[in-house]
Amino acid sequence: MEPLLLHPDPAPPALAQALDLAGYPWKAAATADVAARVEPEDGWAGAIVCAHEDPEDAFALCRTLRKRDLPLEPLLLLVAGHQLADLELREDLFDDFCLWPFQPRELEARLKHLFWRTGRGTRPELVEYGPLVLNLETYQAAISGRPLDLTYMEYELLKFLATHPGKVFTRETLLSRVWGYEYYGGARTVDVHVRRLRAKLGNEHEQLIQTVRSVGYRFGQSRWSI
Amino acid sequence: MTSMERQQDYVMRTVEERGVRYIQLWFTDVLGIPKAFNITPAELENALAEGMTFDGSAIDGFSRVQESDVLARPDANTFQILPAAASSAPVARVFCDVYNVDGTEFEGDPRFVLKRQLKRAHEKGFSFFAAPEVEYFYFAGDGSSRPPQPLDHGSYFELTVADLAGDLRRRTVLTLEDMGIPVEYSQHEDAPSQHEIDLRYTDALTMADTVMTMRLVVKDIAQQAGVHATFMPKPLAGVQGSGMHTHFSLFEGDSNAFHDEGDEHQLSKVAKGFIAGLLTHACEITAVTNQWVNSYKRLIAGYEAPVYVSWARNNRSALVRVPVAKRGRPESARIEYRAPDPSCNPYLAFAVVLAAGLKGVEEGYELPPEAAANLYQMTPEERLAESITSLPGSLMEALTEMEKSELVAETLGEHVFEWFLRNKRAEWADYKSQVTPFELDRYLPLL
Repeated sequence: MEPLLLHPDPAPPALAQALDLAGYPWKAAATADVAARVEPEDGWAGAIVCAHEDPEDAFALCRTLRKRDLPLEPLLLLVAGHQLADLELREDLFDDFCLWPFQPRELEARLKHLFWRTGRGTRPELVEYGPLVLNLETYQAAISGRPLDLTYMEYELLKFLATHPGKVFTRETLLSRVWGYEYYGGARTVDVHVRRLRAKLGNEHEQLIQTVRSVGYRFGQSRWSI
Repeated sequence: MTSMERQQDYVMRTVEERGVRYIQLWFTDVLGIPKAFNITPAELENALAEGMTFDGSAIDGFSRVQESDVLARPDANTFQILPAAASSAPVARVFCDVYNVDGTEFEGDPRFVLKRQLKRAHEKGFSFFAAPEVEYFYFAGDGSSRPPQPLDHGSYFELTVADLAGDLRRRTVLTLEDMGIPVEYSQHEDAPSQHEIDLRYTDALTMADTVMTMRLVVKDIAQQAGVHATFMPKPLAGVQGSGMHTHFSLFEGDSNAFHDEGDEHQLSKVAKGFIAGLLTHACEITAVTNQWVNSYKRLIAGYEAPVYVSWARNNRSALVRVPVAKRGRPESARIEYRAPDPSCNPYLAFAVVLAAGLKGVEEGYELPPEAAANLYQMTPEERLAESITSLPGSLMEALTEMEKSELVAETLGEHVFEWFLRNKRAEWADYKSQVTPFELDRYLPLL
C-alpha cells in the first residue's frame, strides 16, 4: 500500500503510533508543495489532516489537495470538539472526520470504512521481504516457510522494520514508534529486542536486521547501495 | 485498540493460527522452584482478562491461614511458543503475576517483589540490567549415584571428540536462541562435567524470567538424553562449585549511570555508591542470594568463590568485581557480583542486590579502598587491619544476618521475609540433626 499523507509535520506522536500499530504506512508533510514533491509514484493512498492546532493552515491544505487535477481522497480530518461548527460549508474538503483527541479504535474503523468506500488502498495483509513473510491479519511471521515464534513486542518491532525496508532508524525512533512514548525502558530495550529477534531468525537470516554503526538499525538492504 | 488489547489479541490469534493445544501458566514459589498449570485455548481469553484462580496453599511460601485462593494473571508480553518436535502440536507458555482474589497484588509472589523494587529504581530515574553467568553440572543417569558421576573429564576450553556434555550444551544454546534468549558465550568450566552459559543482558525482570526458562531448558534437554543436569551449588567436594556471577548496571535514560569519563577508574558517583551499598549489606542479603545449606559449601577459600567482602577491578577473589570497560564503550560499564549461586530465586536475588545498591546510592555510602592483594593469601590479622569482613559461613549465620536487616525485610515484604526465615530455619534444623559420613569416618575409629 502507498503511504498516507499526514499533516502537520512532525506528525502528532499519538497519531503516528496509532497508524504504525494499525499497519498503515505514512509520510508527514508540512505544506502542499512538500506533499506534491514527496508524493509516491502511484499517488498518496489518502490523507489525514489535523486541524486541531492550526485550523486555517489545515483547511487551506485540504483545499489545495482537493483542487488538484486528481483530487486527493479519501481525506480524514481531525478536529477538536469546539471546532465542529467550522466544518459547516466546508463539507467538500474532507470525506470523514474524527474528534481530537481520537480513540485509536475509532480512527482505525473510520479509515477502514473510508478505504472500503473509495475502493482503494486497502491495508496490506502480507508484508514480504526476501525469505520473510508477515501476515498482519493473523500476526504470524515465517522465514523460509518456517514459522517464527515471536513474543508480541518482537513481532511489533519486526513488523515495523519490515514495512520500512532499507531505511535506517535510530533507537529513539524505534522506541517511540514501536513501544510508544510512555515506555521508560530506554533505548537499550531496542538493542535487547533486536538481539532476541536475530537469535530467532537464526544465523542464516540474522543479517536481515543490520546494525548501522553509531546510528541505529536497518532492515534489509539500503535503497542506495549499489 | 489499546496496546494491552492488541497484546491479548496477538496471543489469542497466535494460539488459534498455530493450533496451540494448551498453554502453560508459569510462576515461581518463594524458593525459586518453577510451578505451572495448563489451560486450554478455550480458557485463555478469560485467563487473560481476569486471571485463573488456584489454591495457593499448595505452593511453598504462598500458603496463608485465612483464604488460600489466589489468581494467576498471564503477562501477555511473555507469551512464547515452546520449541518442540515439529510433529507434535505446539505448546505455549506465559509467565504470570499472582494476585489476591480481591485484585490486589499478592505479596508472596517473588515476581511482584522484584517489580516493586524496579519501580522504586524507576522513580529515581534508573532502569536496572542484569547479565548472569550460569554454571551447572551434568551427571550420568538420573543423578542418583553417590557420589554423582561426571560425564567427562575435559578441562577449561578443552575440545574433545564425541563429547556428550558439550553436545548437550550446544543443543541447549540453540534451543535458547530459538526462544529468543541470546547466549553471549558458553564453555566448559574447570570442574569435571561443569558447564557455563552466559546470557546477554536484559532488564532485570526479563532476566529473572529468562533464568527460570534457562534452568528448565538445561534440565529438559539433559533429561531427554538420560543425563541429570543440576544447579546445585556444590555437588562435588574438592572441585569448584557452581556460581551465578551476575553483571549489573544502572541506566539513566540512555546513558550508563555507572560511567564517568572524568573519574580515574571511570566509575561514577552512582557506581561507587552502588558498590558500597552492596558491600555494606552483602552479609544481610547472602541468605537470599545463597539460600541452601549446600550454598555455603561453595563459599569457601580455594575454589574461586568469593569469601571476603571486598571489591576490585582485576582481582577475581573479590566479591564485587569491576570489569574494565572497553575504551569508547561507556555503555558497557557494569559491576559483577560474584556471590549468587544458580539455585537462587532470581527474582528475590535481583531484588535484594538492587535494594542494597540503591541504598548505597541514596545514602551516598563511601566506597572503601580497592582490595589490592590476593585476599586469600593475607593472614586473618592483615584482613582485620584492612577491616575486610567475611561472608556468612553457613546458612544459619546468613539467616542471623538477614533477620537483623531492615533492608531485606523491606525489600522482600513481611510475608516473604517471615516465611523465608521460618522455612530456612527448619532446613537448618534438619541438617543439624544429621550424622554425616565425615563424622563417622573421623570420629568412630578414634573416639
